[in-house]
Amino acid sequence: MKLAKKDILGIQEMTVDEINLILETAESFLEISTREIKKVPTLRGKSIINLFYEASTRTRTSFEIAGKRLSADTINISASTSSVVKGETLIDTARNLEAMNPDIIVLRHSAAGAPHLLASLVRQSIINAGDGAHEHPSQALLDMMTIREKKGRLAGLKVAIIGDILHSRVARSNIYGLSKMGAQVVVAGPATMMPRNIEQMGIKACTKLEDAITDADVVMMLRIQLEREKQNIFPSLREYARHYCLNRRNIKLAKPDAIVMHPGPMNRGVEISPDVADDPACSVILDQVNNGVAVRMALLYLLSGGNE
Amino acid sequence: MKLLLKGARVIDPSQKMDTQMDILVEEGKISSCGTSIKAPPGAQVINLVNMIAVPGLIDMHVHLREPGLEYKETIATGSAAAVAGGFTSIACMPNTEPVHDNRSITEFVLRKAAEANLARVYPIGAISVGSEGKQMTEFWDLKEAGVIALSDDGKPVMDAALMRRAMEYAGSLDLPVIQHCEDINLSAGGLMNEGYWSTITGLPGIPSIAEEAIVGRDVLIAEYTQTRIHIAHASTAGSVRLIRDAKMRGLKVTAETAPHYFTLTDECLQDYDTSYKVNPPLRSAADVAAIKEGLTDGTIDAIASDHAPHARTDKEVEFAYAANGISGLETSLGLSLNLVHDGILTWEKLINAMSCNPARILNLNKGTLKKGSDADITVIDPEQGWTVDVKTFVSRGKNSPFSGRKMKGRAVMTIVAGDIKYDGRA
Repeated sequence: MKLAKKDILGIQEMTVDEINLILETAESFLEISTREIKKVPTLRGKSIINLFYEASTRTRTSFEIAGKRLSADTINISASTSSVVKGETLIDTARNLEAMNPDIIVLRHSAAGAPHLLASLVRQSIINAGDGAHEHPSQALLDMMTIREKKGRLAGLKVAIIGDILHSRVARSNIYGLSKMGAQVVVAGPATMMPRNIEQMGIKACTKLEDAITDADVVMMLRIQLEREKQNIFPSLREYARHYCLNRRNIKLAKPDAIVMHPGPMNRGVEISPDVADDPACSVILDQVNNGVAVRMALLYLLSGGNE
Repeated sequence: MKLLLKGARVIDPSQKMDTQMDILVEEGKISSCGTSIKAPPGAQVINLVNMIAVPGLIDMHVHLREPGLEYKETIATGSAAAVAGGFTSIACMPNTEPVHDNRSITEFVLRKAAEANLARVYPIGAISVGSEGKQMTEFWDLKEAGVIALSDDGKPVMDAALMRRAMEYAGSLDLPVIQHCEDINLSAGGLMNEGYWSTITGLPGIPSIAEEAIVGRDVLIAEYTQTRIHIAHASTAGSVRLIRDAKMRGLKVTAETAPHYFTLTDECLQDYDTSYKVNPPLRSAADVAAIKEGLTDGTIDAIASDHAPHARTDKEVEFAYAANGISGLETSLGLSLNLVHDGILTWEKLINAMSCNPARILNLNKGTLKKGSDADITVIDPEQGWTVDVKTFVSRGKNSPFSGRKMKGRAVMTIVAGDIKYDGRA
């Protein structure tokens, strides 16, 4: 099977077959990263531009390593959104990059919909590496890969996503992906962090962490953006941590074999206590990072016409 | 110059008139309306059988961008778009660069409008200096210079005390005050209506209460001070309810809405198409239904396009950075005619909303075909099918989400003071 898509803009528009194809391809790539020489010639001669308008270490590095392990030439461009406002537009940047004939552009942007704009303008494949509070498809794919690796399946699992759902692209992409794959998603966070009409996405929403994680197979904690305190989204980190921090005590409400996930970077002691984050019995946070490289290798490979 | 318009269905709500008849225009005035009028010597006779003639349409809310933003629109191109869209009169908002907050700009606008010599242009002055919401402008001087209403449109007057004083002072001069209702604390950072579709797109939401909080507040001020308030571009069910309640209690509250608020919903934003980005934002299907109800029952007095022309550079950017607004003068009548086709409005109510009521709200001696009044007449072909094509827009602003949309009915002739300013008959 071939991925019949020019771009990866979100999980919303992906079919179950496409998600399975990406996850299976990623699983087959896992082994490459364990070799002594971690490189295959699959994408030799291809060039990939990582165009990041928002600070990112993990995602950018992950895409870069993924490209390099497949022998593609990867170029990183970091731009600040402020330079967009006063200088060259995204459209002009895109057209200039297009003229240099790369094969894939990986875009991270603070404005929701920016990858859609880019995809409509250039002939290259676009991978959305996170757009505003909209989607972060490669993160959801690596999350699903990790859950499937640990649980053997996605269908029928109860997955709790905890934190600032309103501002979270990770939550949205996971809601789409997990729901499509047959998992039951429950989100929890203070009412101020809950998007309006979220239940219409076909999931449950609650305001208490305990209600969401009870009997959960998977607990996914989201990063709290510290600057949101100033916007009165929550009163203080102290109060947030008291009620929404996953710790030794409340994790007992989840299933005994529940796994704990976090897209990083973590605020230790705010949304997750260090003893849970570092507990090898339940924490799969570093497996997520490892699988992230494989998922991004799969996306680059499939968009380059792999499996033809 | 004499003009005899023959055989049109003449709809003039100001006279409760809806019959086929002739209209004779002499020296820029309506000299008579009746059946089988004989053409006086030298009169140009125009056969308008199967056409509808109505009092010249008035768009009470447009942005002409001049001075300062001529790359988007000028007074000349905006008035040309007005007559092409069937409007004989337009009222232009003061959010130019500089802001229209003193009489030198009033005089400039009126001079440019006279040079263009197309639609009548009625300037709206700013409520506060620079529309900064602090210091009142010289209302009296502005009125003497030709300003017909006051607004800080584009921005709300957030300071309730300033709004109260402005309504009292303007009330004593019989100058209408037009409020852009938006609590900027509630709307801060927002890019689209807050609801299911903002949850899906991840775009920051603007809650309906941002609009309704200011509608409610200004209704209270109007009641307390016994003055008038006109609500610009009402877009939510809650606003309609507040305005309806205020009217039922006899308060001097009037309101307008724009065609996009009864035509489009926030679902249109799902692909981040910036041509749908407006402020107030497109709302939910329930809001659209309430706006239509408000038009049917007269809660909403007027339809105004909120014509907001922009250049490509203002719209072809990330959604977050795109300018708000739709270039609306050339689609306003076509979209509003859908209300007649769909049974939401009668012809009489439509012409009230697009001519008689704007004239009444702005104290203009317009919106009528009574003998002796200015011969401002719009001729509509109610059956003509056409497709919106922004490339053919007379306006400099080609920013319209309606491009490609099929319409039924359009203005085919626009007559201002007895002069044919636009003739689009096939």
